[in-house]
Amino acid sequence: MAVSVNRNKCGYCGACVSVCPPGALELIETWIEVDDACNNCGICTKICPVGALEVAK
Amino acid sequence: MKDRYDMIVVGAGPGGSITAKTAAKAGLDVLLIEKRQQIGDPVRCAEGVNKELLSTYIKPDPAWISADVIGSRIFSPDGTMIEMGEKLSGAEVGYMLERKVFDRALAREAANAGVEIMVKTRATGLLMNEGYVCGIKAQHMGNNYEIKSKIVVGADGIESKVGRWAGIDTSLKPIDVCTCVQYLMTNIDFDPEFCEFHLGTEIAPSGYIWVFPKGNGSANVGIGITGDKSTNGSVKKLLDKFVERRFPEGIIIEFIVGGVPVSRNIKRAVVNGLMLVGDAAHQSDPLTGGGIINSMWAGEMAGRVGVKAINANDVSAEFLQKYEKEWRSELGRDLSLSYIVKERFRKLTDEDLNTLGHSLESVDLKNLSLPGLLWALFKANKKLLWDLRHIFKDIKEIKDIEKAEVGI
Ligand SMILES: Cc1cc2nc3c(=O)[nH]c(=O)nc-3n(C[C@H](O)[C@H](O)[C@H](O)COP(=O)(O)OP(=O)(O)OC[C@H]3O[C@@H](n4cnc5c(N)ncnc54)[C@H](O)[C@@H]3O)c2cc1C
Ligand code: SF4
Ligand code: SF4
Repeated sequence: MAVSVNRNKCGYCGACVSVCPPGALELIETWIEVDDACNNCGICTKICPVGALEVAK
Repeated sequence: MKDRYDMIVVGAGPGGSITAKTAAKAGLDVLLIEKRQQIGDPVRCAEGVNKELLSTYIKPDPAWISADVIGSRIFSPDGTMIEMGEKLSGAEVGYMLERKVFDRALAREAANAGVEIMVKTRATGLLMNEGYVCGIKAQHMGNNYEIKSKIVVGADGIESKVGRWAGIDTSLKPIDVCTCVQYLMTNIDFDPEFCEFHLGTEIAPSGYIWVFPKGNGSANVGIGITGDKSTNGSVKKLLDKFVERRFPEGIIIEFIVGGVPVSRNIKRAVVNGLMLVGDAAHQSDPLTGGGIINSMWAGEMAGRVGVKAINANDVSAEFLQKYEKEWRSELGRDLSLSYIVKERFRKLTDEDLNTLGHSLESVDLKNLSLPGLLWALFKANKKLLWDLRHIFKDIKEIKDIEKAEVGI
């Protein structure tokens, strides 16, 4: 899993889900799950309005 | 829950509830599922809506109207204010809703029309048969179910997966998403009769900050900018900066985040056995980010076409083109126009915005229509007129409006 979600920051809005090209993100009630399709592109980290996402180095 | 319905609607936002209600009223057997345990909560909305348009879908009820405004005030970067009456203010100004209550009222209306509703129930995939969508896979309280239906409607909002599962690419480029943060604030000083919009490339690059009255001295104070201008967490920082300056004594009693599609029209919104509605079909307004009315509008169309399709025993993409054609010709045209104006707006510098503001300072905008406003702008800004002419040259409708109303 390449992207890490800071659950203490995330406001579970789903904005990141909408921009993920391979559809690797899913909002399940109050948390975001990242699956193997993630290719580390980093697009979701830019879009998150509160900075809850980070591409793991 | 049964194992088979005429129609399954995924997502109980305004789009989904209206679709389900429309179909059930005409006699279909409809299931509406919502993955959250509370319909409408957390809110992802500034909650502004045009009174007249809203009233065509539901009778206004004080239970979900938190404030009533008479117009809007737009502030250019140097603080110049333009005041506009309700008529000119567009689809997001009029009633300020309490969406937690409103979304549930819509769901209740659907239930009263005979729709079965399941909350805490998430669609996890589609059932397919010979190239047709014929139901959903769903999860409820940790259990998996397969539920069949003649038609599935994806009204699953910005995060739509239903479209993707059906082979429609609903992913958005960052530039085509408006990413937002909003505080419900109290202890603040503002005029409760007006919605405020603040423009400026410093305070909200490619977007705006809003202050929408919510009654009892509180307001939704939020920001939305396009994703290409956002960097890790910058949207919240921009809002904090504004709040510090404008409402230093303010107290935040709710914090919400969200995204709205502000893209071109989606390439397709139907496949065999499936239609997309609302934010899932990127039907929100690219210029303002408003989508409540649009999703209800589209939901009503999709509901009606769904009924026809099932009665005709033909749910092929070809038959469902009726929906595609209808929403494109009615709503899609407005959205395309908004998209063009948004693209132009994004290019304006603070200086341009100030010039526009100054040019309207002395114009009485209380009773002006939109073409009237454009005309006032054009008259005062020859360069803008020239640019817009170029962009609009292919849009016949605009030319017709100009001819009929302002005589360009
Ligand atoms: C900050 C912000 C401010 C806004 N301000 C305004 C405004 O002032 N005026 C205005 O008109 N519009 C505004 N909008 C836009 C407006 O909120 C949306 O356009 C509108 O809610 C779209 O309605 P919908 O029914 O299409 O989708 P939604 O209201 O988003 O509903 C979709 C529903 O589907 C559910 N769902 C998603 N996936 C699944 C699944 N797999 N299974 C089951 N359920 C699922 C979601 O939980 C959600 O409840 C704003 C948006 C934001 C983010
Ligand atoms: S965009 Fe950010 S706040 Fe919204 S769901 Fe994704 S991680 Fe959470
Ligand atoms: S890094 Fe790219 S692929 Fe991975 S979750 Fe984010 S947007 Fe999707």
